[in-house]
Amino acid sequence: MSDISYWDIVRNLFDGLLWTLGLSLTAFVLGGCAGLLVLFARIAKHPLPRRLALGYIEVFQGTPLLMQLFIIFFGSSLLGLEVSPWLAAALGLTLFTSAYLGEIWRGCVESVPKGQWEASASLALTHFEQMRHVILPQALRIAIAPSVGFSVQVVKGTAVTSIIGFVELTKTGSMLANATYQPFMVFGLVALGYFALCYPLSAYSRYLERNIHGSRAH
Amino acid sequence: MALVRINGLHKHFGSNHVLKGIDLEIEEGQVIALIGRSGSGKSTLLRTINGLETFEQGEIQVDGEHLHPHETDLRALRQKVGMIFQQFNLFPHLSVGQNVMLATTVVKKIGNKEAEDIARTMLLKVGLYEKFDAYPDQLSGGQQQRVAIARALAMQPRVLLCDEITSALDPELVNEVLAVVKTLAAEGMTLIMVTHEMRFAREVGDKLVFMHHGRIHEAGDPQTLFSNPQTPELAGFIGSIN
Repeated sequence: MSDISYWDIVRNLFDGLLWTLGLSLTAFVLGGCAGLLVLFARIAKHPLPRRLALGYIEVFQGTPLLMQLFIIFFGSSLLGLEVSPWLAAALGLTLFTSAYLGEIWRGCVESVPKGQWEASASLALTHFEQMRHVILPQALRIAIAPSVGFSVQVVKGTAVTSIIGFVELTKTGSMLANATYQPFMVFGLVALGYFALCYPLSAYSRYLERNIHGSRAH
Repeated sequence: MALVRINGLHKHFGSNHVLKGIDLEIEEGQVIALIGRSGSGKSTLLRTINGLETFEQGEIQVDGEHLHPHETDLRALRQKVGMIFQQFNLFPHLSVGQNVMLATTVVKKIGNKEAEDIARTMLLKVGLYEKFDAYPDQLSGGQQQRVAIARALAMQPRVLLCDEITSALDPELVNEVLAVVKTLAAEGMTLIMVTHEMRFAREVGDKLVFMHHGRIHEAGDPQTLFSNPQTPELAGFIGSIN
């Protein structure tokens, strides 16, 4: 038996959990901001930004997150840049999140009835004014549930960053498993940690989905 | 000088030639009823007048604003042309008052206080003054359509386009909307209406325009045209709806 107590295991795993949480929040907030840019490009009138945004989305949806992280982490050192695992993980997950959220939000914008565009256009609003005052407020209400649902994917996606050496929950778990020779117990606790983060989010997303239809948010 | 001038208008949807050279002049204060079978091009013609549909050939002029094929800057024109839709298209996330105030504050940059005064005046005009704080889904179809009229009027348009504005309403709600339109006509508003309400077209219309296969097939005084159609197509159309 090693001299690592249960208390040590739990305390270390909790530290890892906080890093997972921090990385998830960072990726979701920054990815959300970048996702807005992707959204605007994706629904622009001009075909060039639309095509660029579509290409961006295809690249991030069509390759594994792990490959994206490898390319950012190892690619940057090839270019002579010293990128820490934390920075590579945050950047990779942010880009990944922005591509998915941009595409989710595009669907929400397109689900706003065409009559809303026509009515606001006939009142002489510009494209940007239509978006700002008429379309986005309605799309936002539709977007909340799927966005919260996607945040679960971001939390679970952070586990992959352990492979480039970022010490979050999974990485902490594997180090502890190696030290204690009790992988089942340690990874059971790791899984519990993820569940504690994800379950409230997915439950909240389901709640929103049930309550969003037919309700006015004012 | 006509308020609205349409010259040689051609429009295709793909290989479908929907407007085949439309010429139409509308004087200030006239009420035009556009009638015809579905697919005759009447709604498309209406929608080209404020740029909701593009066209390939011809020219539209509204109160000095020129509209050419593939025009993209429609802001000036659209401030002079209001539009009311079959499905009302109120903004569901905004209150009635906010619906009416939106364009005046955003497009015309009128201050909130003054915009609210305008909105209340317009709502009074359509008989919905007390609904200022209500939301669209709390209103009947007829009331929603009257709010849509108030919303268009708040921009003080020179012309109002009405696209089958009573077609989505329950029969008992049609009259409250038509009564408002009638008041506008009496006040001298220029109206271009695509309508299936023939009795209304006959009663209020100054000019009837019958469209058939993308052309203006017959046009003139409603009374005369209804009682004495010159073409078999118009006679057949009138026969089919009575």
